Amino acid sequence: MNNDTFKIGGKEFTSRFILGSGKYSMELIKAAVENAGAQIITLAVRRTNTKKNESILDYIPKGVTLLPNTSGARDAKEAVRIARMARELGCGDFVKVEIMKDSKYLLPDNVETVKATEMLAKEGFVVLPYMYPDLYTARDLVNAGAAAVMPLASPIGSNKGLATREFIQILIDEIDLPIIVDAGIGRPSQACEAMEMGAAAVMANTAIATAGDIPAMAAAFKSAIEAGRSAHLAGLGRVLERGAAASDPLTGFLRD
Amino acid sequence: MAENQFFIDSDKLSEEALARKHQLETDPSSRTNHMEYMEGMEQIDSDIRQKTLTEMQAYDYSKYTERDVRMALSHETCSIEDFKALLSPAAAPFLEEMAQRAKMETSKHFGNTVYLFTPLYIANYCENYCVYCGFNCYNDIHRKKLSADEIEHEMKVIADSGIEEILMLTGESRAASDVTYIGEACKLARKYFRNVGLEIYPVNSDEYRYLHECGADYVTVFQETYDSDKYETLHLLGHKRVFPYRFEAQERAIMGGMRGVGFSALLGLSDFRKDALATALHVYYLQRKYPHVEYSLSCPRLRPIINNDKINPLDVHEKELCQILCAYRIFLPYVGITVSSREQKHFRDGIVKIAATKVSAGVSTGIGDHESKYSGEESADAGDEQFEISDGRSFDQMYGDMESEGLQPVLNDYVYV
Amino acid sequence: MVHINGKDEAAAGMTVQEYLGKNEYPLEWIVVECNEEIVPKADYATRQLQDGDIVEIVSFVGGG
Repeated sequence: MNNDTFKIGGKEFTSRFILGSGKYSMELIKAAVENAGAQIITLAVRRTNTKKNESILDYIPKGVTLLPNTSGARDAKEAVRIARMARELGCGDFVKVEIMKDSKYLLPDNVETVKATEMLAKEGFVVLPYMYPDLYTARDLVNAGAAAVMPLASPIGSNKGLATREFIQILIDEIDLPIIVDAGIGRPSQACEAMEMGAAAVMANTAIATAGDIPAMAAAFKSAIEAGRSAHLAGLGRVLERGAAASDPLTGFLRD
Repeated sequence: MAENQFFIDSDKLSEEALARKHQLETDPSSRTNHMEYMEGMEQIDSDIRQKTLTEMQAYDYSKYTERDVRMALSHETCSIEDFKALLSPAAAPFLEEMAQRAKMETSKHFGNTVYLFTPLYIANYCENYCVYCGFNCYNDIHRKKLSADEIEHEMKVIADSGIEEILMLTGESRAASDVTYIGEACKLARKYFRNVGLEIYPVNSDEYRYLHECGADYVTVFQETYDSDKYETLHLLGHKRVFPYRFEAQERAIMGGMRGVGFSALLGLSDFRKDALATALHVYYLQRKYPHVEYSLSCPRLRPIINNDKINPLDVHEKELCQILCAYRIFLPYVGITVSSREQKHFRDGIVKIAATKVSAGVSTGIGDHESKYSGEESADAGDEQFEISDGRSFDQMYGDMESEGLQPVLNDYVYV
Repeated sequence: MVHINGKDEAAAGMTVQEYLGKNEYPLEWIVVECNEEIVPKADYATRQLQDGDIVEIVSFVGGG
């Protein structure tokens, strides 16, 4: 039995791998979810094509928590509209706030994200805001009622790994909510490192969507995230030798 | 554990007063409920006390091993668990390693600077009976409260010596030294000093706001011990008896707009490892809630007082004190650590190279005797001292000694806008 | 004209249900928003589209 769980919005999860469902075919989603052991999967809301006779929901195994995002939103107001539509689609109260005003780098707008988080939390949503790892913003998100904080590791879709490592570590150390590392994780080893640092979970999409064998890569991420979590719980061993002992001891002055 | 003998009777007390004193000392039922706020005491909504005390009560330092200490020293960030290991007896053989690590953390945050300040006691009237304190209301000492002119005179003498930061202290008597009196002292201090601290009886947040407007920058309140049962047996009478009101003083000061708050347990009163843990966690949890504030720690050990020269810090020897200070520094790299003149020269000179960032100089814990102390002439009318100091160096001596230790003495570092 | 999913369409006067049916939208997977307010499914049969309405018809797709 796995009793190392984490909680978001009153739900308890044993898997710490949040899987994205973008950029790959629906047929592969089921295998990817199963191989990933994922209990949370992200979705987007888009204008519906007419004469469409299938839904992505048909490919997602029952019991998996759906986490719709607000991608496409350029400000807090639009994010709130998208979140309300997602909830109306009947998938629960979870929402990943994602607000981008920059179409070149797709970096999240932290100021609008805080506003949207506050509005949605007041409406009873379980809000997981995607953000640039900034301590002040993270504190504002806590005060705004976020259920977790999702800092980016590097630019979205870049697969460049933990470019913001130092800043994510600060959030892990200082923020009492689960920190879920999102965006830019390109390899299982990077996901593992984020978990070793003490992240509550890792979210990945492009790394899997662009892999040679999607289900196999989903399984590789699962193992890496579990290994990183175990390493974190075990307590990492000594890495740095902090220099040889000084010849002139600092504590030589002590008496009695 | 050895115990201090605190109770001392004065032959100047009336029979009635003596009877009351003895009753308080021997009959717990004659004392008020120390967990109950008194009338006029502000109650704030905060979970800091509950979090701090829960951790402290669960702390079993005997379960930590050398292995835990080694792990703690290898971690880049010191967790609460790591800190507990560093405070435990198992860390004693690692004192030098802890000092090396502490020195590195200190230099990361403070470079090689050391702040100098001096305390100024402006009154020693006190309404509390705290059995270990020289100012306690039953102790037969010469009481004095400086007038505004006397305060200004003391300040001139101190400022002329070169000091730019002052810590003003009073005994704990609202009746003798009310908030307005302290506020006027702050206004005077603003004329002579760049940084003004207060160590007075705890007040409500609106009163802290008033004192801040009068010129106070930071507030220090010592909890003495975080063990509320032990606290009850040491603080037998007066406002100070109310444990939760004292615990929440720093948070009220922050709510009142103070830019800095200071903390301490008086080491030797109770289980010093648990008290050190609680002191640091008190800072840790408040820092998470109020990250804009500057936090500082002190580490006083019990000292002899007038009429009782037997009071001592029991099992907190210099090695234990050094261990606590190194653990504080590793767990809370950003806090200021003050080492007062309760400690001797050799200790202060050593610890400023490891963990301390602030030392007092030109110290008197008496009332109105700076001129005599600085000039060497006797003053007939000075109020008696709170405790005996161990390092009587003047500001000039301290400045020179810090420089010759390779440190950079700093008198203030604020741009106060 | 009614502005539906970014396009101007001659749908004024039709009910939401009529419009969705005519264009073969999969009813169980969509949400309709009109002028930034969600239209409850129960209102589809009675809610008439009006000239100048801005309508969004959305559903879930893959996303990260």
